[in-house]
Amino acid sequence: MEYEIKTPLSVDEVLKLKVGDSVYVTGEIFTARDEAHARALEWLEEGKELPFSFDKAVVYHCGPLVKKNNEWVVISAGPTTSARMNPFTPKILERVSCMAIIGKGGMSEDVVKAARGKAVYLAFTGGAGALAAQSIKRVKGIVWEDLGMPEAVWLLEVEKFGPCIVAIDAHGNSLYKQ
Amino acid sequence: MKNIHKTMDFDSVVNSTVEVLRRAHTELPEDVVKAIKNAYEREENEIARKNLETILKNVEAAKKLGVPMCQDTGIPVFFVEIGRELKLEFDLYEAIREGVRRATSEIPLRPNAVHPITRENSGDNTGMHVPQVNLEIVEGDELRIVVMPKGAGSENVSTLKMMLPTEVGRIKDFVVDTVLKAGGKPCPPIFVGLGIGGTFDGAAKLAKKALLRDVLEMNEFELELLEAVNELGIGPMGLGGKTTALAVLVEMGHCHTASLPVAINIQCWANRKAEVVLR
Repeated sequence: MEYEIKTPLSVDEVLKLKVGDSVYVTGEIFTARDEAHARALEWLEEGKELPFSFDKAVVYHCGPLVKKNNEWVVISAGPTTSARMNPFTPKILERVSCMAIIGKGGMSEDVVKAARGKAVYLAFTGGAGALAAQSIKRVKGIVWEDLGMPEAVWLLEVEKFGPCIVAIDAHGNSLYKQ
Repeated sequence: MKNIHKTMDFDSVVNSTVEVLRRAHTELPEDVVKAIKNAYEREENEIARKNLETILKNVEAAKKLGVPMCQDTGIPVFFVEIGRELKLEFDLYEAIREGVRRATSEIPLRPNAVHPITRENSGDNTGMHVPQVNLEIVEGDELRIVVMPKGAGSENVSTLKMMLPTEVGRIKDFVVDTVLKAGGKPCPPIFVGLGIGGTFDGAAKLAKKALLRDVLEMNEFELELLEAVNELGIGPMGLGGKTTALAVLVEMGHCHTASLPVAINIQCWANRKAEVVLR
């Protein structure tokens, strides 16, 4: 099946996706990788409010290549290796009603378990940065710029970002196990 | 992917460095594109074909738009050959560093170089021992600059083992095991650079240099290793299929009678490389 999903997500929308489905994402997504995940969890554990929300969100494992002209422009922005986020993701999933992750290379069994009933993992072709940038319409903001360009959280407006493949669904299935 | 220039001073090396980096990032070498196209023709798995198709579309988009094909513009690794008849009256290392700085803002490239402990980003892709410049003295009066930008997804799953001299028969298992553990992480279909022999550091250098070769030309040993790796079924992006690797490239060096260093440098499908010659 082929779907287009829009942010903010709903649980129903997440549950209907099955491994192998093609998905295009439209709406607002944000990038987060190692440093952003570590800081977000630290803040959440201290009870501090985040400048962005994981709930109903599409989190993009990506360190984009951006350039500032008058405003920020995304030049190339494919996914980064999701496995580096394995230690953080289950703790984040505990705190949301539903969520989607776009990344590459797959995630651990713990993530597959934590995603049950609420989250999907969408695989976008690694290295396809020039193509991905074509469906990123605008940079809506940047959070934690002190982490540097790759590690900062970039709030992005996307239109039909894909094709992504549902590689881990909310029903305990993972294409990486097979 | 070779351009020849006829002046050689500090500025021409700076300009040539920007030029090779630009070409490496925006135009994938023909042999690499051919290898991906061949795999696309062979694949039967639908998801695998879709991923290979996206890769090929991305390569075209990068070339057409003149932008880096991948946001991970890597750590710049240079292989420089200096003709022994040349006399360089300028700081070659500084010229290459300056070229990297300029390329970072002009192309642009993502600033990837961070301090290993504080993780502070230098902002311009230079730093302690970055860019990495490997020098070799060769015959003639030319200066040849080759660049291989190396991304982290594939570098992170590369490995080195000091095997026993009696374990020659187990090199194949070591390669297959390494690729299996890497799974979808290094952006398969991958290229496997294999350095056999030398020393601890020498084997790693051989493995990296192997990746510079024409990827369509493999000997019998390399083809045997390629077949073994592709039987794993990891497939493009780890989502299944026949194409886990596009080539296995081996470089060897003599080693100590008591040693068998074996290094495996994994490279993503974007085996970016470009060269320029100055004379």
